[in-house]
Amino acid sequence: MSIFDFFRTPKKASAADQAKERLQIVLAHERAGRDSPDFLPQLQKELLDVIKKYVSIDDDKVAVKLDRASGYSTLEVNVELPAPAKGAARSGGAGKVAAAGKA
Amino acid sequence: MAKIIVMTSGKGGVGKTTSSAAFGTGLALRGFKTCIIDFDVGLRNLDLIMGCERRVVFDFINVINGEARLSQALIKDKRVENLFILPTSQTRDKDALTEAGVEKILNELKKEFDYIICDSPAGIERGALMALYFADHAIIVTNPEVSSVRDSDRILGVIQAKSRRAEKGEEPVQEHLLVTRYDPERVEKGEMLKVEDVLEILAIPLLGIIPESPAVLRASNVGMPVVLDDKSNAGQAYSDAVGRFLGEKIEHRFVKVEKKGFFDRLLRRTA
Repeated sequence: MSIFDFFRTPKKASAADQAKERLQIVLAHERAGRDSPDFLPQLQKELLDVIKKYVSIDDDKVAVKLDRASGYSTLEVNVELPAPAKGAARSGGAGKVAAAGKA
Repeated sequence: MAKIIVMTSGKGGVGKTTSSAAFGTGLALRGFKTCIIDFDVGLRNLDLIMGCERRVVFDFINVINGEARLSQALIKDKRVENLFILPTSQTRDKDALTEAGVEKILNELKKEFDYIICDSPAGIERGALMALYFADHAIIVTNPEVSSVRDSDRILGVIQAKSRRAEKGEEPVQEHLLVTRYDPERVEKGEMLKVEDVLEILAIPLLGIIPESPAVLRASNVGMPVVLDDKSNAGQAYSDAVGRFLGEKIEHRFVKVEKKGFFDRLLRRTA
């Protein structure tokens, strides 16, 4: 950096540079999503069926979320169990299971 | 062996039909027997760009449905030897394109032609899928602009997953990038994506760069493929692209701002 650069206002990224950066980000996401089939709705349904065998819960109490980062993905499954019946020994509440795997 | 080339882009209005007309004409000028097929059922335009709109009697869909013979639907170009156009229907819709029907006609054309260019409609629906399904080569027409680059990436994904070559596990479709409407002045000002940026993002080999040029509109006004305007930069750029496709080593032109002389500035001459 020369002494003259000190007096210059820092150069803003040009519109074209911003275009390139935005494209790189959005395409990284879209390419990652393209390779894996959209299995989440089916997974959610099957999980719900399994849980229903043991606990009676509503259809909207299971939430499945897939997050992708560079190199790995996380699958987050949120199951909201109903409040325990009065006098029940076990405590209920929300259980959370998270699994991580290679993308 | 005949080669099938799809001219596609995902996004509309980037220059697929202009490029199909110019590229197909360029191949015919070099002595290859070439047929350009319009796959944009219901929105036919190749006939206008090629200047044969008044000669359309039967079309692609008539042939698929057995209402006409292929030889009745093919229109022979009056300017260039070896060049034929297969127009599409203006009244039917894309459902008229059946896989079996398209395959039958392509196989018939393959016996007679060296190159078959499929001018794809925009989008990723049936018409676009049918245009790319049988392709050996795909020319991706891209403007240096965010939505066009994104859609090009999307269509590349479709080619890699849904083309016949992909489904059958054969050698993949060969991809080529054709950047159109390139404006070196705006690139220099940092207002437009550089061709290097588009290449880095899409990561497929570069076939050509067609500069933004008034010659393209002039040519379409009179129904002449722009490659026949050999004085124009766009025409020359298309001709170069055809040469590169055929394996010639040709440097890219019209990518830098041309220094205008004093008189040029004075007279505000345009290309």
